[in-house]
Amino acid sequence: MPVDEKKNVSARKATIAVLVDNEPGVLARVVGLFSGRGYNIDSLTVNEVDASAGLSRITIVTSGTEMVIVQILAQLQRIVPVHRVCDFVTQGLHVERELALVKVASSGDKRVEALRIADIFRARVVDSTIGSFVFEITGSLDKISAFVDLMRPLGLVDVSRTGVAAISRGPDPI
Amino acid sequence: MTDKQMTGSEILVKVLQDLGVDVIFGYPGGAVLPIYDALCQQNSLRHILVRQEGAAVHAAEGYARSTGKVGVVLVTSGPGATNCVTGLADAWMDSVPVVCLTGQVPTHLIGNDAFQEADTVGITRPCTKHNYLVKDVGDLARIIREAFLVAASGRPGPVVVDLPKDVVTAAAAYTRPSSPMQHPSYNPRLKGDHERISEAVDLLAGARQPLIYAGGGIINSGPAASQLLTNLVNMTGIPTTLTLMGLGALPASNRNFIGMVGMHGSLEANMCMHDCDVMLCVGARFDDRVTGRTDAFSPDSHKIHIDIDASSINKNIHVDVPIIGDCGYVLEHFIKLWKSRQARCDGDALDRWWTRIDEWRQRKSFSYKPSDTLIKPQLALEVLNRHTSGRDDVYITTEVGQHQMWAAQFLHFEKPNHWMTSGGLGTMGYGLPAALGVQIAHPDALVIDVAGEASILMNMQEMSTLAQYRLPVKAFILNNRWMGMVRQWQEFFFGGRYSESYMDSLPDFVKLAEAYGAVGLRATTPDELEAVVEEMIATPRAVIADIVVDPDENVYPMIPAGAAHNQVTMSPDEEVVLDQAHREEGMVLV
Repeated sequence: MPVDEKKNVSARKATIAVLVDNEPGVLARVVGLFSGRGYNIDSLTVNEVDASAGLSRITIVTSGTEMVIVQILAQLQRIVPVHRVCDFVTQGLHVERELALVKVASSGDKRVEALRIADIFRARVVDSTIGSFVFEITGSLDKISAFVDLMRPLGLVDVSRTGVAAISRGPDPI
Repeated sequence: MTDKQMTGSEILVKVLQDLGVDVIFGYPGGAVLPIYDALCQQNSLRHILVRQEGAAVHAAEGYARSTGKVGVVLVTSGPGATNCVTGLADAWMDSVPVVCLTGQVPTHLIGNDAFQEADTVGITRPCTKHNYLVKDVGDLARIIREAFLVAASGRPGPVVVDLPKDVVTAAAAYTRPSSPMQHPSYNPRLKGDHERISEAVDLLAGARQPLIYAGGGIINSGPAASQLLTNLVNMTGIPTTLTLMGLGALPASNRNFIGMVGMHGSLEANMCMHDCDVMLCVGARFDDRVTGRTDAFSPDSHKIHIDIDASSINKNIHVDVPIIGDCGYVLEHFIKLWKSRQARCDGDALDRWWTRIDEWRQRKSFSYKPSDTLIKPQLALEVLNRHTSGRDDVYITTEVGQHQMWAAQFLHFEKPNHWMTSGGLGTMGYGLPAALGVQIAHPDALVIDVAGEASILMNMQEMSTLAQYRLPVKAFILNNRWMGMVRQWQEFFFGGRYSESYMDSLPDFVKLAEAYGAVGLRATTPDELEAVVEEMIATPRAVIADIVVDPDENVYPMIPAGAAHNQVTMSPDEEVVLDQAHREEGMVLV
């Protein structure tokens, strides 16, 4: 029966892995698809994962109604150098991680507090000066956001986040 | 099998020959001079010189749509390539297989803002199925083959191959591959899922008010798919409507054909869409010109959708049984199952359904008020149809606007691939160059561009190409001195404020035809019409027939934007009254 799902159904998040030929312009094809058709990109990561086969893996976090997400998957599949597309939400259990580098500049109690919280979050110090730290933290999006929020009153200067990398649980690929 | 060293240009020409290409539509320029040099040293590839690059793409589209083969374009870098963008977008929207070869500045100059440089791959990425920049002459032959594979297979579409000048002058060995190309990632699905097809057969057999709604996908699947559709329709007796792109997939004379669907479709087709209980959609995409208001679209039907492109399914309208596959394959399978199960729709229910349809039919939704003094555009097309029916060598192209809709309503197509119109993109100026391409593919056929005087001026220069190749294309202009469809919308939706829609200072089309070495004819009153049509058809040269028609005529029936299929405006005497919300919604729709 006809239902206007674009209007009536609430949006959900989707984490999508796209396996593509590592060739010039392939990222532009994927990103252009999202901008051209008005889809959201909440997070995007891309890197070569198999040099011998020339394959790159793009991980996109997006949101939309079920109808829009299915449309995004079908549109991605249509791009010629795309080998495989996988929506982790429908494909079962998976792991998502993000890495962030967080720069904090402070002194005295605030500096000590920053280090203490970093310890709780298992963030590592990767650069240090008399007046600053750079922390490296890995985890779920929520964990990283919580850490960044806690650093804000403690002298947060800048954050560089990689975006989400995701992989399925268990022995099978994707 | 040769391993001899050849230049990129020679390799290009050789691959095109090996792929069976016989004609290229193009225009030379600096970056493609080496290719043109190679072209003039051989005889099997014919080059047709258009007068503007955009027309080359439309000509290739006309060639492709009338033959089922890939249309090929060759243009230079920069403006040559950017002029092609409209044609590429047109071919993309209407799924037409075109390979467009564009020149590019030498690789070491790319990105330097060199003379006639444009980022062709970047510009054409969103309006092509795929595109390539060839950086190494060693990849050239493979990429050209791949471009043809991608353009022609699956859901067809345009492919651009950008060719830097140093690549086409460099040398490489060329070997003709012995086996057909296999692509590592691109692999369109042809055969539909068996269980889904089985489910669809049961659903359709259980229908009491079934409808088949078929579109351009049937035509793209090849003439065999149209035959299968016709068989299915004849076997089941199910009323069948076609989209603008699908006209000809089922003979217009078939008694089960209920006319075109959509904004200017027949009353019976749109009422059937609204009231049916099972809809079998074959190779159509529930486009907004077909569905009208989506939340009121065919509210009580179960929908089956056959399409080769998974992204067409559930894009606009939710369907119950999606079948991803080629229309031809799926229909063949569907018919086999239908026969083996001895399936049939309930005869009594179907009879009652047809009784209702006949009542809608009797309202004759395409009727118009005749006139003794003014040529009604509908009359002009009725006369044209009378003089062309019964011949199977008639090909019709159109421009875009009112004349296009009237042509779709009043000309009858018995076969696929005989009707070429810009459906998705709605490109004014499409018809004349498309007719040129059709005539190149079918030199002895009667090729007619049903045109409006505004549209045809957008690519009028192609009259010169017709003259050069002695192509006897007929331009049948329904001249109402307005951008008719713009004027119609301004009349309906913008209080009759005719902002910039009047075509002032039109040329004298008879003299214009003569200036291009063609024949110019004119009819201004109904009694002149018959003779002009006869003379146009009988003239073995290019003709412009300037048919001066009633300037105030509008296209009916019409489903106003924001209205549902059962809210059809039939004539100037009646108007669909929409509530405020839907009226406002309609105003922002295109």
